[in-house]
Amino acid sequence: MADIFRRPGRLRRHAGFDGRAGQAAFEALHRASLAAPALRAGLTETSAGAAARHLRELLGAPGLAVTDTERVLAWDGAGKHHGAGAAELAAEVLAGGGSAVLKADRVWCGDLRCELREAVAVPLVVEDRVEGALLVYAPGVSAGLVRAAGEVARWTSGQLELAESHRSRTRLVEAELRALRAQISPHFSCNALTAIASLVRTDPQRARELLLDFADFTRYSFRRHGEFTTLAEEFRSIGQYLVLEQARFGDRLCIDVQAAVEVLPVAVPFLCVQPLVENAVRHGFEGSTGPGRITVLAWDVGAEAHITVEDDGAGMDPEKLRRILVAGGTSAPGGGGSGGVGLGNVDARLRRVYGDAYGLVVETAPGAGTKVRLRVPKYRAGVTAPPAGNPRACGQSHTT
Amino acid sequence: MNAPANLTAVLLVVAVTVGVGGYGLRSRSTPDFYVASRTVSPLRNAAAVSGEYVSAASYLGIAGLLATYGSTMLWYGIGYTAGYLVLLVLVAAPLRRSGAYTVSDFAEARLGSMAVRRTATVFVVLIGLLYQVPQLVGAGLALHTALGAPAWSGTVLVAVVVLVSVITGGMRSVTLVQSVQYWLKLTALAVPALALLLVWRGVWHPAGSPSPLPVAHAAGGHDGGQGLYGVYSLMVALFLGTMGLPHVTARFYTNPDGRAARRTTVGVLGLLGVFYVLPEVYGGLGRLYAPGPAAADRAADTEVLLLPGRLVPGSTGQLLTALVVAGAFAAFLSTCSGLALSVAAVLSQDLFGGDVRGFRRAAAPAVLVPCAISLLLSGSGMSVAHEVGLIFSVAASTFCPLLVLGIWWRRLTAAGAVAGMLVGGGLSAAALTLTLLGVGGTGWAGALLAEPAAWSVPAAFLTMVGGSLLTPGRVPSAASVMLARLHLPEALAAGPADRSAADGDRSSAVPARSSRDGHH
Repeated sequence: MADIFRRPGRLRRHAGFDGRAGQAAFEALHRASLAAPALRAGLTETSAGAAARHLRELLGAPGLAVTDTERVLAWDGAGKHHGAGAAELAAEVLAGGGSAVLKADRVWCGDLRCELREAVAVPLVVEDRVEGALLVYAPGVSAGLVRAAGEVARWTSGQLELAESHRSRTRLVEAELRALRAQISPHFSCNALTAIASLVRTDPQRARELLLDFADFTRYSFRRHGEFTTLAEEFRSIGQYLVLEQARFGDRLCIDVQAAVEVLPVAVPFLCVQPLVENAVRHGFEGSTGPGRITVLAWDVGAEAHITVEDDGAGMDPEKLRRILVAGGTSAPGGGGSGGVGLGNVDARLRRVYGDAYGLVVETAPGAGTKVRLRVPKYRAGVTAPPAGNPRACGQSHTT
Repeated sequence: MNAPANLTAVLLVVAVTVGVGGYGLRSRSTPDFYVASRTVSPLRNAAAVSGEYVSAASYLGIAGLLATYGSTMLWYGIGYTAGYLVLLVLVAAPLRRSGAYTVSDFAEARLGSMAVRRTATVFVVLIGLLYQVPQLVGAGLALHTALGAPAWSGTVLVAVVVLVSVITGGMRSVTLVQSVQYWLKLTALAVPALALLLVWRGVWHPAGSPSPLPVAHAAGGHDGGQGLYGVYSLMVALFLGTMGLPHVTARFYTNPDGRAARRTTVGVLGLLGVFYVLPEVYGGLGRLYAPGPAAADRAADTEVLLLPGRLVPGSTGQLLTALVVAGAFAAFLSTCSGLALSVAAVLSQDLFGGDVRGFRRAAAPAVLVPCAISLLLSGSGMSVAHEVGLIFSVAASTFCPLLVLGIWWRRLTAAGAVAGMLVGGGLSAAALTLTLLGVGGTGWAGALLAEPAAWSVPAAFLTMVGGSLLTPGRVPSAASVMLARLHLPEALAAGPADRSAADGDRSSAVPARSSRDGHH
């Protein structure tokens, strides 16, 4: 009160965050911001449970329920026994799509001490679909409460839509990863099988080895579970890939693959180096007729592993490369060439897992070869690789 | 004292260390094509752990303490080794399975709290910095004894070599280099020790060798209850402190899985068991041939360097001395570089943004701070082994409770962990500081401050347990999942889906496959 008396004029002139009304607005915004992170995870029991308390306090109601289309996800406030009936009350709203005021004859449990006598049910609409309902209980429903409940439901729907868009972004990156796995095969398998076929009569033993390498390589690439793998596995796959490419190109292709033993156990996103190597072979070497050299190195730098993939081939226009990387791998295969999609996808996934400081660094110019560098921290919360599932991961190597 | 031979030995070790480090980084293997998907073998890894672990305290300190104080000091050698037994039984495999590179990573993975991570990081840095101090002090002492150079010159020499090689990217903690270091140190100590034993048993009579004095019972360091307390406290510190040393934890990351981590630890136990026989030989012979009771701890640290020259006069003795000096410098360099790398990695990760430039900027304080401290302390007259023992008690009072409770107790909470580390670390660090400043004297107060582990470690454990029990609501929701991951063998945790297919279609080809690998 003292505050209002001291400067009433100022309060009226600009309703900032100093006066009483401002304080209330601030409170409301703060409550909303507390509920927001939970809702960003989508409409589940956990997220609804975490958000329900803040939403109830935001509305100042004694009881609040959140349902999805079938059952009650969360209840907050006094009178838990009302929770069971909430799904039934919400059914009308879920079917109709508009909000509804529910009178005492349907809500009140008959207990005189119970405050929850009437309720407002408001649908939660995400992308034009009714995904759930918000039920606000009160001793008596006023027009103001109906309006407020409607606004809160709309705000909640907005948060859920954000969650939905986040999920679809993740799905997009995953779909790209699947595409990446799929796109390896047609181009490369055809060439590899042709190369193997040419050896079947002259050197059946080697042809057999190459076929086994081919089988190992494709099994790794088509692996379905797990977002992460170890550098050891990734390098093994690179080795098999390069053995097959060398069978095709023979002495023209000179290969140097080395990884420090200290970084082999590091967990990395699945297929984060292999597409870069494939890119180096296809764009750095395939078009030309002369000999080429591909160097893949991984070494230990304190708490990080550093990896470079280098070729001395045709190189690339930096401007074109920038477009590919800015697109984050989402450009159509026709746009930057499918190898470019590999580069962009790896870049996007590294940034998503480790943050923007860990994107790809590419040094290239037309005619000057290409060098791609990536850094991977040895430990990052949530990044764990399943252990090497194949006994061949240890104790065996290929030297040719 | 033959300065030129010793100088050559020191320079040779420095040159080889830097050279091999540089080669390890830049080398291209001779075969044109090489897939390095082989993981490092447990034995080589064990040698690397031992190489980095055997420090000035082991190389110089133990023998000196034995010669001065007698058999009680045998506990140092046993304690330095037995720490790995505790590590093997309680920590090695689960720590590896957690995927953590530092103890801070483990704290974050287990408790999901940045407050625990930051607290652990502070102590990782503190222990990493302090542990370098005795190494650098020892370097100064060794150079003074071997060449007559002023004490600061050895300290500065080692600091500069480590700094330059860490910044230029030379002496990475390459497993190969560190494992070679172990064998180098073992040889440098074993060959002179054998020669000395031959002289002592009368098998070999070099001209002018003195005859052994009758065995005299030197006065023990402390008497009665205080001495006994000191021994037990030392045992607590050494047994429980090893698991908290930053360079040891980082080294375990190289193991491919928990099982390999256990095998590595067994290997380390064997290798260190062999190594720690040698300082005891020097200490025992030192007592037989010492011209008089050593004046102070610090002078006793030079025992190992002086003994070969005393027993075998002439050029053979000079060669043996040069060998010992070379081994000592290998010890200073490998331990210091391992620690400096760990500290720089942690600092760059948590303070400087984690890129290469940040790593280089972090290297300077990681080396220069310990260098400054050791120059300040060079007059304090405390034994190198005792200083290291004190730092072990800091590690035992902070990371041992965190690791042991984190791995074996589901109800640990972030609040309890932070409180426990702060109490244990605070108490032991205070005791260390007071001891270095010479507070405490010779009574019970002095004994309690000189060996704080016996009270600071239980205090840390109790605080951590108590704090966790007071905050039962804050047990991480993923605690059970995390504990299952730490304790289940990887093959079980992974699930059989992908593997059975792999094993199935491979089975018929296995014999032919191995022959194929053979003939290339």
